[in-house]
Amino acid sequence: MDLRIAHLYPDLMNIYGDRGNVIALAQRAKWRGIAAEVRSYSVGEWADPEWPDVWFFGGGQDQGQDIVGADLAGKNGAALRKSVEDGAAIFSVCGGYQLLGHEYVPETGPSIPGVGILDVTTRAGKKRFVGNLLADSPDGQLIGFENHSGRTYLGSKAKPLGTVLAGNGNNGEDKTEGAVQGKVIGCYLHGSCLPKNPWVADRLLAWALGRRHEVVKLDPLDDADEQAARVQASEVARTRT
Amino acid sequence: MPDTLALIANAAGKLTREGLRATGRGGTALPGLVALTVDPNFIGALAAELEHGVACVSGTNGKTTTARMLADISRTAGWDPIHNRSGSNLDRGVAAALLADTSWSAEPRGNFGLFEIDEASLPSAVGRLQPRVVVVTNLFRDQMDRYFELDTLAKKIGDALAGLPADTKLVLNADDPLVANLALRRDANTIFFGVDDPDVGGVIPQSISDATRCPRCKGPLKYSRVVLAHVGDWSCPSCGLARPARDVSATKVVLEPSGSEIVLAGTVGNVFESVRVPIPGLYNAYNALAALAAARALDLGLAEAIRALANFRPAFGRLETIEYKGRTLRLVLVKNPAGFNAAIGALLETGRKPRLLAALSDRDADGRDVSWIWDADFEALAPSVEHAVITGLRGRDLALRFKYAGLANERMEVVEEWSAAIDRAVTLAPEGGEVVLLATYTAMQSLRAVLARAGAAVPFWED
Repeated sequence: MDLRIAHLYPDLMNIYGDRGNVIALAQRAKWRGIAAEVRSYSVGEWADPEWPDVWFFGGGQDQGQDIVGADLAGKNGAALRKSVEDGAAIFSVCGGYQLLGHEYVPETGPSIPGVGILDVTTRAGKKRFVGNLLADSPDGQLIGFENHSGRTYLGSKAKPLGTVLAGNGNNGEDKTEGAVQGKVIGCYLHGSCLPKNPWVADRLLAWALGRRHEVVKLDPLDDADEQAARVQASEVARTRT
Repeated sequence: MPDTLALIANAAGKLTREGLRATGRGGTALPGLVALTVDPNFIGALAAELEHGVACVSGTNGKTTTARMLADISRTAGWDPIHNRSGSNLDRGVAAALLADTSWSAEPRGNFGLFEIDEASLPSAVGRLQPRVVVVTNLFRDQMDRYFELDTLAKKIGDALAGLPADTKLVLNADDPLVANLALRRDANTIFFGVDDPDVGGVIPQSISDATRCPRCKGPLKYSRVVLAHVGDWSCPSCGLARPARDVSATKVVLEPSGSEIVLAGTVGNVFESVRVPIPGLYNAYNALAALAAARALDLGLAEAIRALANFRPAFGRLETIEYKGRTLRLVLVKNPAGFNAAIGALLETGRKPRLLAALSDRDADGRDVSWIWDADFEALAPSVEHAVITGLRGRDLALRFKYAGLANERMEVVEEWSAAIDRAVTLAPEGGEVVLLATYTAMQSLRAVLARAGAAVPFWED
């Protein structure tokens, strides 16, 4: 069995340590004896958009986001939509999450269209949300660090990834954090997210491997270190944020 | 003579300082804050009195070391610097340094202001201090919970520098496109420094980059040589912007475990001796080049400057060593991916298999967001690590980073408490051996305090 990981715009969307998510996906596959390969997909013509089982799309600086937004408005955005239709998974954080939505509405000027894979819309906010973020979900808690001024609102097709316990999450109003729609996840969790939230990593792995393989049952890993890090970080989120 | 308000601010700050000292509480930011509350322009008013003017040193990494090098150089030239040496680099730290070195009638006891300035505070600080010289070492991602995006920061600094008088000299790193671009809107009076040794490149793969795009036209940058992250020999094929000509250039850098030897290009004045930098690491060679370029901007003699550098001693947590229980502890302050990669680059150059005591915390001074460790190249470090004892308020995150970088379980352990962690790391190291202590700012402070209490000869650190 093998896993194909695509890192979207690693040269432009690479702030806040989000590449730890790619490391986590690859390592958690390898520790189970599954060969993992990572390829970069950046601005310009994509050689093989049918290749990836899972895409990772991280946050970037405004300048990077403008360039990426323009690139995704063309053939590459269509290729990404097609890939999801054909069964690939996506994990996105912050700027990547926003760009997967319908649009980003700035304070002034025209709105910037997104790829429209997630039924979410983001509007510019005045105050930046910076701090530890703890959320609950039926499948487990989520811990990370948020740093964004965009306010994201979910449409009916996207379901929240979690309910905020500490911090702000999607918009600071409705207590939701992140979005799930099919095999696509978006969230505001830096940290990196997947190493400290291994249940999300394993869900993505199962989705991704399922694209080209029969029903996948992942062997359990010893996640004692991950659990210890979750506990320590959650304590900080509850008491110091 | 400073105006009346500044005199009152000075007296109020000094009274606060004396009061705190009398009650045994030295080294806080309070006196500086008091003076600034009385007179928001306090630092500008006092700085204007200094005969040799003011130099500001800023940038993400290396500002404390560079400023200390420049302080030594200026002293060798007979100047008497007033300097925020401890690295307390916000306005209040500058105010505190001035308060410590002025009389009650606000007459300075030095004749040159040398101020390390936090990069986010640089725009406002240069407006107040009206420096003769502004040094910017480099710009990397750092404490994003505080500084936010690097592009925005670079733009703010560029705006502030563009507004300075034409005779203000800039000293800029030519090899860092974000820094070099700060001179774009100025015609003259910029001194660039850089490394032109074709053999200099990192021994570790450079997986993070903050400037893959041209700071002028946003086209993709091309590198013929990468030194560290986005620092190197860069050019923009789209608009033609390229690494500016270096005024102070190293044509050869020989890195050794105890320091480095720099050969300067012949164009750097009549200096034919090589420069001895007595602290290891390529990044310290860059700091030395920045200090030499600043010396030139201040019209100080280069030969004297080189002699001052040869006797340089490192600052808090910057490769200083402490003897403890028959082992040598080597202290390395780490705070962002580029600094971490540079530090481990220096460590790996020695070819040794380090025993680590690694500490990660998330107080304000460390950066509350610990995500940065995932951008640091632990993958390059892990295969060389003999053993790591891991601690700090977020030691569990650090342990996870080592685990995902491939460090075997039996080569690391988490010890939650500071003194227990030190004891464990020291016990594991052989008699006469070395432990490399990698720590973020407040973690380093805590570990040093424990060592001092345990009777280790911890070098004096002025706060």
